Amino acid sequence: MTPWTTVLLASGLAFALKFLGYVVPHQVLDGVIVSRVTAMLPVALLSALVAVQTFTATGGALTVDARAAGLAVAVTALLLRAPFLVVVILAAATTASLRALGWG
Amino acid sequence: MNTNTAHAPRLADQRRKEVLRQCLSVGIATGAYGISFGALSVAAGLNIWQTIALSALLFSGASQFAVVGVVAAGGAGAAAVATSSLLGMRNGLYGLQMSRLLKVQGLRRLPAAQLTIDESTAVAIGQPELAAQRLGFWGTGIAVYVLWNLSTILGAVVGDALGNPKRYGLDAAAPAAFCALLWPRLKSGDTRAVAAVAAVIALVVAPHAPAGVPVLVAALAAIVAGLLPSVGSRVPHDLDEPSTAPEEKPPI
Repeated sequence: MTPWTTVLLASGLAFALKFLGYVVPHQVLDGVIVSRVTAMLPVALLSALVAVQTFTATGGALTVDARAAGLAVAVTALLLRAPFLVVVILAAATTASLRALGWG
Repeated sequence: MNTNTAHAPRLADQRRKEVLRQCLSVGIATGAYGISFGALSVAAGLNIWQTIALSALLFSGASQFAVVGVVAAGGAGAAAVATSSLLGMRNGLYGLQMSRLLKVQGLRRLPAAQLTIDESTAVAIGQPELAAQRLGFWGTGIAVYVLWNLSTILGAVVGDALGNPKRYGLDAAAPAAFCALLWPRLKSGDTRAVAAVAAVIALVVAPHAPAGVPVLVAALAAIVAGLLPSVGSRVPHDLDEPSTAPEEKPPI
């Protein structure tokens, strides 16, 4: 497989998978159980994204570094009802500052 | 079909600005990673045009990093395509949910599908009302698409001379944004349980699976929770039908 074949085949399949979600009939989602699952799905996905993006290093090894401190500050800000952008900026600033000081 | 769900009421200007700010901040945080993707892809042996094609056509970060990772490790093209597609399956799941919110028909399904990724889906489902969900999807999708592609080109051309996005703490900005989106959904004991189980599953799986797979596996927690009648029956009403969630939910 040439690099171009790999790139185009992977891209084509990626689009096909995305598009599939839009062509499957909506009735598939109308069942009670399915609607419960789709209601819980975002909670599970968001939570998993937060966990993986905060506590894993490249390659998936578990790690606690300056990102964890950033997340802790974000959670504190959320508890204090800070607006979205403030939460995000505080987390980034915390992590960047700790790294500048040589930790994480 | 209920016309209320087909035509979302207009958003107040204040609320519209709020959603667009979220779109942009997620777009900037995510887009910055395009620099590392571009640099990594060229270092792995793909040329600049192949690197640009991956961001423009494949447009799904985890899958792109997987392709480049397999190529860099000297893996076969078939393995790269398989890993990328396995990771891309979750976009199909997102698409199922987004098609219900967006109600797009005909050719508009093409851009909608292409923009269906973690970030656009996450911002959309983080909104309490339908109009904001749609704005959140398109706004984040377009912001991430534009910035991801521009920064890919930048990364591919100038390599890592620009510096590491980690220096600016941008790798903590993305999870903080997802956390803020998750926050208003943690009101019931059931959602907190699902969130906790999903996080634990993702972290247990992470060391043993390629990037992107842990999040997919964690989605099983939601499926199991939805199938359990004892859990499902206690799902609060506003979670049963996200598109008609009450507006008194505090904005994020």
